[in-house]
Amino acid sequence: MGTRECKHICGESSQGIGEGGRTGEWRSARPVIDNDKCTPARQNKPACFLCWLYCPEGVISKTIPVQINLEYCKGCEICAQVCPTHAITMVNEEEFSS
Amino acid sequence: MADRKTSVQIIDGNRAAAIGATLSRVQVIAAYPITPQSPVTETLSEFVEEGNLKAEYVAVESEHSALAVCTSASIVGARTFTATSSHGLAYVHEMLHWVAGTRLPVVLACVNRAIGAPWNVLNDQQDSISQRDTGWIQIYARNNQEILDSVIQAYKIAETVYVPVMVCYDGYILSHTEMPVDIPSQDDVDGFLPPYKPHTTLDPASPRNYNLVTLANPRVNAEGVLCHGYMEIRYLLQEALQNSRETIARVGHEFGELFGRSYTGMFWEDRLDDADIVIAAMGSLAMEAMAAADMLRDEGYKVGVLGLRVFRPFPKSDLVKVLKKSRLIVVFDKNVSYGLEGATCSEIKSALYGSGANAVVRNFIVGLGGRDVKARELADAVRKSLPAMKEGALNNEYPEWICEI
Repeated sequence: MGTRECKHICGESSQGIGEGGRTGEWRSARPVIDNDKCTPARQNKPACFLCWLYCPEGVISKTIPVQINLEYCKGCEICAQVCPTHAITMVNEEEFSS
Repeated sequence: MADRKTSVQIIDGNRAAAIGATLSRVQVIAAYPITPQSPVTETLSEFVEEGNLKAEYVAVESEHSALAVCTSASIVGARTFTATSSHGLAYVHEMLHWVAGTRLPVVLACVNRAIGAPWNVLNDQQDSISQRDTGWIQIYARNNQEILDSVIQAYKIAETVYVPVMVCYDGYILSHTEMPVDIPSQDDVDGFLPPYKPHTTLDPASPRNYNLVTLANPRVNAEGVLCHGYMEIRYLLQEALQNSRETIARVGHEFGELFGRSYTGMFWEDRLDDADIVIAAMGSLAMEAMAAADMLRDEGYKVGVLGLRVFRPFPKSDLVKVLKKSRLIVVFDKNVSYGLEGATCSEIKSALYGSGANAVVRNFIVGLGGRDVKARELADAVRKSLPAMKEGALNNEYPEWICEI
């Protein structure tokens, strides 16, 4: 079965997770959250969430504790930059592959 | 046909294009003025200003923006028109690819003009020939009536096969020369051309993203459906152009039934039935070739003329049918692929490959940058090519140029 079944005649997509493929594979450094520093986790209150707000990929949850969907996180580091308590560190992916 | 209301007006080619767009009820026009196309945009903006054409006329700062406006308008369901020439067409090159790749039925009138350097505002066909690989259907008009008729047909063709159409006509020779043009009534055009139905739907209730980054391989989308990779989308464009020939012929036939001027062929023929010598040319140049054929017929040569009308899709098999018997084909090109030869010559030769035809093919480059093309010169070129028939030298490596060098 070929791709004709999709009935598109030009590049077309509908909204949905993963429309651009598993973009997590693009990542060279992974954001790691230290929950001892992260405000919602430390205070057990729905507060701050600046990482959730700034994430351009929408892969950070507004939950306690905050979670990052690594299947689609491209590792852009914006979350680490905006975190007021420096709870997020970028760790080289090579350290996870070994 | 007798009961159809028409009016004959004496108009130039640019006005014929503007009236063709108006009768097609275009809804969005975006164009940037450039010689010799400017009167098209001026006329259309007048029609809109006077209230005789209910369309958005979008003033833009460049040809690139003009086609970007048409792209956006077309994707949300508006019938769009733009026009340009020469450097304007070169500047819009990128957007030509976008429109074709998005399969939007935009119609563009290209008023053929030479391209720099050096500066020149006069006619040849280098501008549109340089855009032949962008995925647009290209139709070349031979007179002002064909300009008007081709614009109207272009919408029906484009909106059927979802491929944009470029209607090309020679600058000054047609664009600024007045001739009688039979103008159909709005009612009749409405009967011929149904409203535009876009293949895309932009609806906030069902958000879509068009022309997203498309990876090399097919992929499964959010709904679990396997979608095209880049190559599949590009294949569909090629397939659409390959198949568009039937639509072009059908639309041309329907037009003939309604308006009495039939356009079923990808090219027109003059005295080809008994001809063993064929002059091939495109646009108004082929009209001049008819005068050359008259001279040669008087001398006893069996000469016919083949006037290419549709350059893309290129009518390979149709050409083979009419050229099979010919012994000499003299191709005149108002363009050149530098380092090789004229584009129509290359393509006619490629059509003949493997067909069993053994015609001698000679190519002459003429009329660049507005150089006057005289029928006498075309006839001389044919006479000059006659000895090759006896020698059987089928092909020459490079074309001859009819100029003073």
